[in-house]
Amino acid sequence: MAVGQALVETRALIKSFGPVRAVDGISFTVGRGEVVGFLGPNGAGKSTTMKMIAGFLEPTSGSAFVAGFDSQRDPISARNHLGYLPEGAPAYPDMTVADFLAFVAGMRGLSPAQGQRRLAELVESIDLADVWNRRIEALSKGYKRRVGIAQALVHDPDVLVLDEPTDGLDPNQKHEMRALIRTLAPTKAIIVSTHILEEVEAICTRAIVIARGKMLADGTPADLLAHAPHRDETMPQLVKTTPLEDAFRHITLDQAGV
Amino acid sequence: MRALVLIFRREFAAYFATPLAAVFLAVFVGVSTGMTFFVSNFFDRSQADLSSFFTWQPWLLLVLMPAVGMRLWAEERRLGTIELLMTLPVQPWKIVLSKWLAAFAFAGLALAFTMPLWITVNWLGSPDNGVILASYLGAWLMAGAFLAIASCISALTKNQVLAFIGAVIAGFIFVMAGFDLVLAAVRPWAPDVVVQVIASMSFIGHFQRITDGVFEASALVFFISLIGFALWLNVQILDARKAA
Repeated sequence: MAVGQALVETRALIKSFGPVRAVDGISFTVGRGEVVGFLGPNGAGKSTTMKMIAGFLEPTSGSAFVAGFDSQRDPISARNHLGYLPEGAPAYPDMTVADFLAFVAGMRGLSPAQGQRRLAELVESIDLADVWNRRIEALSKGYKRRVGIAQALVHDPDVLVLDEPTDGLDPNQKHEMRALIRTLAPTKAIIVSTHILEEVEAICTRAIVIARGKMLADGTPADLLAHAPHRDETMPQLVKTTPLEDAFRHITLDQAGV
Repeated sequence: MRALVLIFRREFAAYFATPLAAVFLAVFVGVSTGMTFFVSNFFDRSQADLSSFFTWQPWLLLVLMPAVGMRLWAEERRLGTIELLMTLPVQPWKIVLSKWLAAFAFAGLALAFTMPLWITVNWLGSPDNGVILASYLGAWLMAGAFLAIASCISALTKNQVLAFIGAVIAGFIFVMAGFDLVLAAVRPWAPDVVVQVIASMSFIGHFQRITDGVFEASALVFFISLIGFALWLNVQILDARKAA
């Protein structure tokens, strides 16, 4: 696929849980080379949107496409192009890292030889050698998250959807994870959800702000900053905030009508 | 096909990843031989057959199979791994089938561990080994039916205890379907055909015909179609939860 062509597309995605509209008409496209940050308060609908792109949840209406394939109508083709890290980086606790990743590689259609080769690369790039034969239940949060990333990268997908990849990591691990995402960025379309604002500035080429299921802003981190209300520098600040935080608060609090 | 094998292997190994398998096998073998010797008085009957062993199987499997099957989906949901599994490029029915097959193989292993009884009875006399083989197959299929029901109910919840209780209750209804306890509840309002149909669903009825030496095709067909239906329902439940 050509550079810039949409690898992820959502069209008027809506998801209702009973009377609650968790996602309310979200449309966007993501092209190769883009790292899009999903930004929003907890419960904004970020994870639900990601689950619909991955095809784990069926939209109430609207559709999601991965590499041109409808996540619902053509799920197998869509999933073949998608690496997905679900919220909390779930993995089978009773398996060793090696067994788990070999299982995923097999399920992704890699032959045992291909799988071994690919896993050898991932051990290097994701730094899993120390825990390779350890059971997943015995891993620290940071390693567990890395196993989750490795699992998503096994088949070298065009599209990565990562739900809070840096949640629970210490500052060094966060830094490494961001560096990894940046190195992957040029060849893939990546969506990362976070509620950490500095992350957006650190790795994203674009940010989409979601609150209460609606898209409130879509632009580069610099565009987002333009939303920041002018700060009167002479006024003392009780809580120190960055301009990006100001912009985020301005967008999510004002436009959601709180 | 490869996906089926991979999931089967993972699931089967999962039973042995914890002491669960050892405990389960010990309980199963212990209780079934205990019942045979102490409750059914295997020796006093002075008959070289295993009917005192197989009589207890419906009841034993009713309780123990839900214990094997309760984790199948409830655990995936609790761990969140269901999200991983269901977003792999594999049709859901393959996942449902291979998970069930792994549990079914585990049940087969448990039954195989009671083989010393079979050897003993051959040493003491000359039993009808054809009937015993058929009874073993019947017990295994019945275990498969309990497991398919358990798998189905497990897909409804992330709580394994709830899945266990639900599966025991559903299994109990099937075990008792031929008895008045169930039929009396239906007879007053349902037409005769319905009562007949329910009576014909009895696990004990089908299993008894097999252990009596009448290896009827109908019993085979019954258990296999019930397994097929429960697994189909399992797929539908997963699908419905996706849209929920």
